[in-house]
Amino acid sequence: MAVARTRCVALIGVTGHMVEVETDVANGIVATNLIGLLDTTLTEARDRVRSAVVNSGFSWPDARITVSLFPADLPKRGSGYDLAIAVSILAAARMLPADHIVKPVFLGELGLEGRIRPVRGVLPAVIAAAEAGAGIVVVPGENAPEAALVPGLTVVAASTLAELVGWIQDDDLLGNAYTLDPTEPPPDDEFPENGVRRRRPDLSDVAGQPVGRRALEVCAAGGHNLWMLGPPGTGKTMLAERMPTLLPRLDRAASLEVSAVHSVAGTLPPTWPLLVEPPFRSPHHTSTTAAMVGGGSGQLKPGAASLAHRGVLFLDEAPEFAMNVLDCLRQPLESGYVMVSRAAGTVTFPARFMLVLAANPCPCAGSGTAESPCICTPNTRRRYLARLSGPLLDRVDVKVTLFPASRHELLSDRRFLESSAVVAERVLQARDRAARRYAGTPWRTNAEVPGTELCSTFRIPSDAFHSLEGSLDDGSLSARGVDRVLRVAWTLADLAAKPKPTSAEVHAALMMWKGVPS
Amino acid sequence: MAAKDELGKLGEQLAADYLRDVGLQIIDRNWRCRAGEIDIVARDGDVLVVVEVKTRSGTSHGTPLGAVSAKKALRLRRLAAHWLGAQYEWFRSVRIDVLAVQRVADGRMSIKHVPGVL
Repeated sequence: MAVARTRCVALIGVTGHMVEVETDVANGIVATNLIGLLDTTLTEARDRVRSAVVNSGFSWPDARITVSLFPADLPKRGSGYDLAIAVSILAAARMLPADHIVKPVFLGELGLEGRIRPVRGVLPAVIAAAEAGAGIVVVPGENAPEAALVPGLTVVAASTLAELVGWIQDDDLLGNAYTLDPTEPPPDDEFPENGVRRRRPDLSDVAGQPVGRRALEVCAAGGHNLWMLGPPGTGKTMLAERMPTLLPRLDRAASLEVSAVHSVAGTLPPTWPLLVEPPFRSPHHTSTTAAMVGGGSGQLKPGAASLAHRGVLFLDEAPEFAMNVLDCLRQPLESGYVMVSRAAGTVTFPARFMLVLAANPCPCAGSGTAESPCICTPNTRRRYLARLSGPLLDRVDVKVTLFPASRHELLSDRRFLESSAVVAERVLQARDRAARRYAGTPWRTNAEVPGTELCSTFRIPSDAFHSLEGSLDDGSLSARGVDRVLRVAWTLADLAAKPKPTSAEVHAALMMWKGVPS
Repeated sequence: MAAKDELGKLGEQLAADYLRDVGLQIIDRNWRCRAGEIDIVARDGDVLVVVEVKTRSGTSHGTPLGAVSAKKALRLRRLAAHWLGAQYEWFRSVRIDVLAVQRVADGRMSIKHVPGVL
């Protein structure tokens, strides 16, 4: 009878690839064949689509139906192709004008009764559709807000197949365009923690830990990684949770990047899908490698490291994590992405996060004071912290040891407490200074600048180096450590509004680098 | 005779009439062997045509055409071999056809002929 053609998007990691859906309805034994390297979910599309078409009031073609998905060598997974398959079958059976569906992209899963159900990864799919010049993309109603974030194409939100078929028959897809209500702002007094929005905490809650607050400010300003060592109750977790409140909001490009990762993971908030706050993830210490850096059988999903992209990855009780899980963070810490290889293929997920580690000095978790002395043997203490491998800690720029605050410290520190807003303002100014310096380069924060650039373009006056010489000579500072110290020195200079770090900043940065006695 | 058998008989008669009208020569009807039954055996020039007739009174249990699966078509081809083995005529090739007979509005019947399903 006829061939009809339409388009869909396959997701590999967080990258969309255009897929052509071609349907041939021909004489022969009545059967429906789906071809083009499909997984089980997609093979089942045959039954879903058939029920949806029949229950939407259309007749299923009494013929031999062949649906082919191109490119045939690209593995296709998931149920997001249902809608494209359904409209192409209806068009091939001449129940829809075939030329109306050639250019638009159709995304969505079909329920048996003909409802169009939401799918994961709509944002990156729509970005790919926009780049391919689709013009119109049809998405499930629930996914429309996130699809509408992408400029340069018309989003049509459809909730049932029957409704959509009516629009296509009338050539009226454009007449049902969806626009995101721009007046709806994201709630300001909440911030997303592990994908759940909760009341925004404030830095002024953490009394008695001026050193910790300062370390937090420095790390927020430069995008540095932080390790906090201290007995329980000193405020390590509280401090880490307040890191996002010091960070500036994501700019438009970063915001889309972050939202795309969360779209693939299916963790976007439904009402306001654009994530504008830096994400904060605190995976549990029983997390597996796949949970940390991404993986899974079938469709590869981003892990905690990618969900914390452009935000904060907080590992509470870091020594309790499996050592291989901790060490698989080394690649993203250096490169800003994770590459996951599985039978299904190799996928690259973005993962440029600030790492915040918190650790007790020993497993007994006594505070080490005279009242509650530590009961661990020296060997137990050594083995506990040795679980954090040298190469991992070598990538942590700022290390602080927190001590329990005395009553006097708690009371007197009240005068110096600053709210998150005040500190965030200083952080923003320091970041602006850095951004102006790095204008025309791909880097935005001091933490991203490669070591070679620190020795050439952004060289620090050699007289500022003196305090590093001793540590370099006795081996307590590695060559990579020097780069890390210099980056923090730049951040300290930015915070102090100095044009370049002086020996004071380099020395202070070295102290922060060595902040945990080893 | 049960109503469904009567409907089937009617369908097969209509199918045979139709095939004669389009120029096929009916050789055998309801030919049976141990492996099963062929509804109609016909000759189209020097091609042997094995015809499966499916009759339905409506589509509430699927279309008649949809009731012929690939497995059934394969069985018809095996039956064609049995039939050929039981006589001496010569044919250049064998074709499997499906005739879908369906009762439509006001009691009239529609016939859909799908030649060469296999």
